[in-house]
Formats: sequence, structure tokens, C-alpha cells
Amino acid sequence: MDEMVQEPAAIEEPVAGEAPVAEEIGTQDGGKKPPLSKEEKKIRRERVMRVIKPWLYLLPTLVVLAVFTVWPIINTVRMAFLADLRDVSAGGDPIGYDFLKDMGGMYNFEFTFQNFAYVVGYEGFLTALGNTMLLTVVTVPVSTMLALLIAVALNSIKPLRKVFQTIFFLPYVTNSIAIGMVFMAMFQMIGYSPASPPTSVGIVNTIIEAFGGTAINWVNEGSSYWANMSVLFFYIIWNALPFKILVLLGGLQGVNKQYYDAAKVDGASRVRIFWKITVPLLSPMIAYVVITGFIGGFKEYTSIVGIFGEKYMGPPGSMGKPLNTMVGLVYDSIKSNQGSASAAALILFVIIFVVTMLNLYVSKKKVHY
Amino acid sequence: MKVVLEHLTKIFPSRNKKDKNAEVVAVNDFNLEIPDGKLIGLLGPSGCGKSTTLFMISGLQAPSSGKIYFGDDDVTKLSPENRGIGLVFQNYALYPHLTVQQNILFPLQNLKGENRLSKEEMLTRANEVAKLVQIDEFMNRKPSELSGGQQQRVAIARALVKMPRVLLLDEPLSNLDARLRLQTREEIRRIQRDTKITTIFVTHDQEEAMSISDFIVVMKLGVIMQTGKPQWVYDDPANLFVAKFLGTPPINVFSGKVEGGKVFIGEECVIEAKGVEDQEVYVGIRPEGFLLDEKGGLTGEVSGIDVMGRDISVVSTNANSLNPVVRSIISADEMGKIKGNVARFSLKEHKVFLFNKETEDRVYFGGQIAAHEQMLAQMQAEGEFHSSHEGPLPREADDKAKEETVPEPKKSFFSKVFRKKKVEFVEEENETPAEEGAEGQAAEQAEERKESE
Repeated sequence: MDEMVQEPAAIEEPVAGEAPVAEEIGTQDGGKKPPLSKEEKKIRRERVMRVIKPWLYLLPTLVVLAVFTVWPIINTVRMAFLADLRDVSAGGDPIGYDFLKDMGGMYNFEFTFQNFAYVVGYEGFLTALGNTMLLTVVTVPVSTMLALLIAVALNSIKPLRKVFQTIFFLPYVTNSIAIGMVFMAMFQMIGYSPASPPTSVGIVNTIIEAFGGTAINWVNEGSSYWANMSVLFFYIIWNALPFKILVLLGGLQGVNKQYYDAAKVDGASRVRIFWKITVPLLSPMIAYVVITGFIGGFKEYTSIVGIFGEKYMGPPGSMGKPLNTMVGLVYDSIKSNQGSASAAALILFVIIFVVTMLNLYVSKKKVHY
Repeated sequence: MKVVLEHLTKIFPSRNKKDKNAEVVAVNDFNLEIPDGKLIGLLGPSGCGKSTTLFMISGLQAPSSGKIYFGDDDVTKLSPENRGIGLVFQNYALYPHLTVQQNILFPLQNLKGENRLSKEEMLTRANEVAKLVQIDEFMNRKPSELSGGQQQRVAIARALVKMPRVLLLDEPLSNLDARLRLQTREEIRRIQRDTKITTIFVTHDQEEAMSISDFIVVMKLGVIMQTGKPQWVYDDPANLFVAKFLGTPPINVFSGKVEGGKVFIGEECVIEAKGVEDQEVYVGIRPEGFLLDEKGGLTGEVSGIDVMGRDISVVSTNANSLNPVVRSIISADEMGKIKGNVARFSLKEHKVFLFNKETEDRVYFGGQIAAHEQMLAQMQAEGEFHSSHEGPLPREADDKAKEETVPEPKKSFFSKVFRKKKVEFVEEENETPAEEGAEGQAAEQAEERKESE
């Protein structure tokens, strides 16, 4: 009999899941823990390691993400709501959150909405917001439409497709500051320095004059807001094309050719095929491109720095950064007033969030998956 | 609408421009007159050019040479939308983002000028067609919410709604499961009868073609092998290919010879064939052409009997058979006649076809000569069309030829670099054509043909 009872126990022991259960029962009974056998210890160790190991592998990434991504996001929100208000009571601007002051521990920062009020009340805010909106609203639809047309054209030609693909893809792999400087040269009216006599004329004006037009002051001192904006539109649209073409071309190549054969047999015109077949079938890609386009548009900054320089954010000599954008606003305040920079960043985040939600809402109704 | 194809040829240029031999002749000098209001089945193995022929009729592909007439109009140069055709694609090509109704309306909305219909007219037309193909209850669904058979009918409705002169169906049933296939082919037959539109459909399934077509056109390597009523073509095949292609279970082919007016399979005289010159022949015997007969000339070692109720299928082996086994279908009543391991058969004369071994053309004998002529006369009297291939048959990848000419493995960069892998490549390339279905065979046929040219 003894042997028969012991036998199943001996079999159960090596089963990993079984050992702790038996142990728990043992402790509940109030009895002493039976000393663990070597196998049981080994099993326990393996169980622990099985849980720990994946986390161990993930640890470096998690640490880096926590330090450089998660904490800054949390801290941004925190900083946006903290302000040093002493100067306000004295009639001045709020000094706002300062990381160095915080480190010293001498100052108290109060929870307040003052930073937001300050950002919204700032004279450059409306300019930045307006510029950002204008750039986004104009460039996203235009570049999407252009990218769609180019993608369709690329998809329907065979010779030289690779060459064109490369050409259209170049902006994607080129530094935007470098492109900005080339654009500045292209749209130059006179010599680079306003002090020196006119030495060169940008290629754009050369072309305009070749066709009998008069040269326009695009980017130089005294140029108009709309001339500046036109250059920016041109630059941003062109710069946004490659990614969109890439996505849409990929989508087009996944469309079954038989739909086009069927449409041809059904006598649909090219325009109708484009609007009734191509666009609906590509709509998931178009939605993706539009949404990422809006997000990118609201973050527009480097293009303006590239063409006009960080100092003026507008034609040389202009006051008040007439071409500033929301991201520019964040950058501007980051040195002096981190609280309001955080507030500006949060405002930008909310705008992007709302617009993206709107986009998703619309695409849910219009996109055919 | 009568459809006439004259010397229709389609040559696909080779990818490599320097290598002129690599071009593929998909359709070769195709002559066919399709009478008005009939249902025609283009039948052949994959790669025989039947779909290419269909697409040339539709206008989606331009013929390399030759002419296409609808009635008296030469439509060779017309674009698809101006030909007045309806085309149903193999995978239906229904617009996935449009509802059934929008799909059916699509061709009507494309009409321009005086042909343009009012909205009400369009809807009426769409509803009529939907009723005809019995999908009127699904008008507001998307294609993805329909079963395969329903999608098929929507595709037919879309093709029919603009009242085409000719309806073209590309492998209409191949994407359906077996049960739906039976149902849908009856449906196609019914719709064609109701509308009386000349309909051409493409299939590689001989049973499908035989069961619903008024006429079948058997093709091989871009050449018409034989045309005619399905039953006629089955009963009177013009050559070995047609005989082999039609019929399930397939025809039993034996290697044999004619000597002194008698047909021999091995040493056994199986049937008399008076007046036929001495020659090497293939003897094709339909499964239903066997009679159990103790005095019969043909013997077979019985390896199994499949009982099918009314009939039984005797599976036997014979050294001279080109098929791995000989299948003979006989009445179940005669089952007792099989004694021991060996079955002896006598043959029904009209189910035995002789083919010259060189040309693979039919050799008529005995009563078949008169029957064949009578059939031709009857066809002529009924004004039906019948034709069979004349002249040398296109050489194809025979089973024998396949064994003899093992294609040289391509010397790719990788095989040069990785010597060890090369062996694997060779093995793979040899195995695939034999085991793969019709697709692989077709590709190889094309290749073989290039070589022989």
C-alpha cells in the first residue's frame, strides 16, 4: 500500500505547476515548510527566471523610453501648469517655470493657468497660429492631390518609371535646411547681402523675366507676406510629395488590374475611372496620407528656418517674426520661460488631436476598406 | 449577333528583345464563325489561348493580325466600350466599394449623349436585370457581403445591363465550389436562353463545357482542334487530343497496330478494321465501350472494382495501355462475368477510335466511316457549323517527349556561386512540371514548342 501512495507523488513532483500548490497547502495548515528538494529549488528558480528574463531584455529600452519620452511628456504637462507669479503681482509678465530655479529649490511654483493665458495673450500667438493653419490647410490638400496624380501617372508608364521615382523621392532623403537654403537662392531677387550691389538674380525670377514678367521680391528685405507664403507653400508641397507618392503608388500597385479592365469594358471615361474607381479603392491610403500630412503640417518649422533663418522668421529686417509657426513659438519661449513653452506645446497638441479626430471621423464615413 | 473571327493571331513578344524565339504564339490563325444567339464554350487546357481569344473579342487585347466581325461590322479596331460587349471576369471584378445596385448601374452611368438614360430608366433597367439573375433582394449590399454564386450573378447582371451584343464569360465557374458550380451553370444557361444573347464562355472543365454549351470549340496551343455540338465532338473526335480531353473518366488509350484489317493491342486482336492500311496506331476506347465477353480479344488484369450502383467501374491493367490503369464502365448485371483475376473484353465499335501514331489524326474504320459522313451531312442540313483541325497538329509536350528532353537547369548567378544548391535546383525543376497542374504544363508546352520551332 505504501508504495502505491508514494508513487503518484513521485510522478507529480517534477511537474512545474504542481509544486507551489502543494507548498501553499502546507503553509495554510500551519505546519512547517518541508525542506525543498534540489529539483524543487531548480523548478522554482526556473519559474522566477521565466518571468524576469523578458523584462530584463526589455529593460534598456524601457529605461531609455522612460527617461527620454515618457518623463518629458509628463513633465511638459506639469510644467505647463506651474508658474512663478511674483512678477505678475508687481505688474510684470509671469516668469514661469524655470528648470534651473526648480533645481535650486528656492522658488515655489504655483499651480495655475497663467502660462496658457500668457501664451494666448502673447502678441505673436495669433500670427503663429494663423500661419500654421494657413500652411496646413493649403499644402495638405494640394500636395495630396498632386501626389495622387503623380502616383497614377507613374503607375501607368513603364519606361523611365524608376528614374522618375528616384527624382520624386530625392526631397525625402535631403536635409530640409539644405533644401531651404537652395530655395532661398532660387527665389533670390538680388545679391545675397542687401548691402552689396545686386550681383545675382535667383533662377525663379530669371525664368519669370524670360517669359516677359517682372521679377518679384520673393524672400528679400521688404518682400510681402503673400510672396513669402507662396514660397513656403511651394517648398512644403514639394517636400511633402515623396512620402505621399510612395504610399499612394504602393496602394495603386496593390489594386487589381481587372477593375480597370472592367471599367474600360463598361465604357467609363478616364476621369470617371479616376474618381469612381481609383480614388475609392485608394481611400485608405489617401486617409493615411492626409492625416499624417495634417500632423506634419501643424509641426511646420524647419522649412521657414531653412529659407528665412531663425533670427527673423520672415524676410530680413522684419520685426515680430511674421512667418512664425506654433513650433517656432515653443522654441522661442523655451530659453526664457519653459512654463509657457510647455503650455504652447500642449495647445499645439490639443489642436493636432482635435484635427486628427475630425480626420478619423470623416474618413470613417468616406473610406472604403 | 453573329461573331466571326478571321485568321485571328496573337503573338506575345518575348521579354528579351534579342531572343526572337522566345515570343509566344498564344492564338494561331484562329478561324471561327459563331452563330447568333448560341452559347459557345471555348475549351482547352490552361495556356491554350482560349482566354486570349476571349480578350481579343472583348477588345481588351489587340490581335497581332486577323479580323473580328460582329455581324457585318468589323470591330477589330474598336475599343472595348464601343463594341457592345458584356464581359464577366474570372474573379468577377465587382467594384468592392459600390453596392450591388451601384455596380449594376455603373455601365449605364457611363453612357453619353443620346444614349444617356434618365435616372428612372437606369433604375428600371437595373431592376429588370437584377430580377433576371435573381439578385434583386440584395441590391443594397456590398459585394463582400454576398456569396460567390451571388457575386457571379451580380457580375453577369452588370455585363447584361447595357444590353450587349455579345456576352463574354471568362472561366465563370472556376471560383465556385462544386455544388454552386452545378447551380450556376444551369443559371447561366437559363439566362442565356432568356436573353438570347450570343454568349462565349471560356473553361478548362470539359464537363462544364459539354453540359451547357450549344457548341464547343476545343483548343490546343492556340489552334482549334475541333468544333461542334458537344455530343458530336465526344462521339466523333477528330484526333487523339480531343479524344483524350473530353470525357470523365478519360478515354483509355492503348498502343497498338493495324495489320491485315485487324487491330492489335499487343498480340491480341481486339476488333476488326477492314480496309484500313497497315500502320502503327493509338487505340482509344471510351470507358463505356467495353463489354465483358469470355471470347473477347482484350484482356486486363483486374486490380479493383468500383461499385457505382447502376454501373460498375472495372479497374484493370494492361501492358500496352498508356494510362496507368484501364477503366471500363459496364452494367452491374454483368459483374458475375468476371472470373478470377483476368477480365476479357470485347469492344463496341463506335466507342473505339483509331489514331495514326505519327499524326495522331483519326483513322476511321468499319461503320464509323458511314456514321461520320452521315453526321457531317446532318450538320450541313441543319446549318450547324463543324470544323476540325487540318494539316499537321501542333507538336506539344507529349508524355514521351517530356521524359526525353529534360530542360537544362538555368545557370543562375546563385547556382554558380552556391554549387551545393545547384543540385537542389535541378531536382526541383525536373519535378515541378510533372506534378504541377495544367499551369506548369502549359508553360512547358510553350517552351517545348519554341524549341521544336
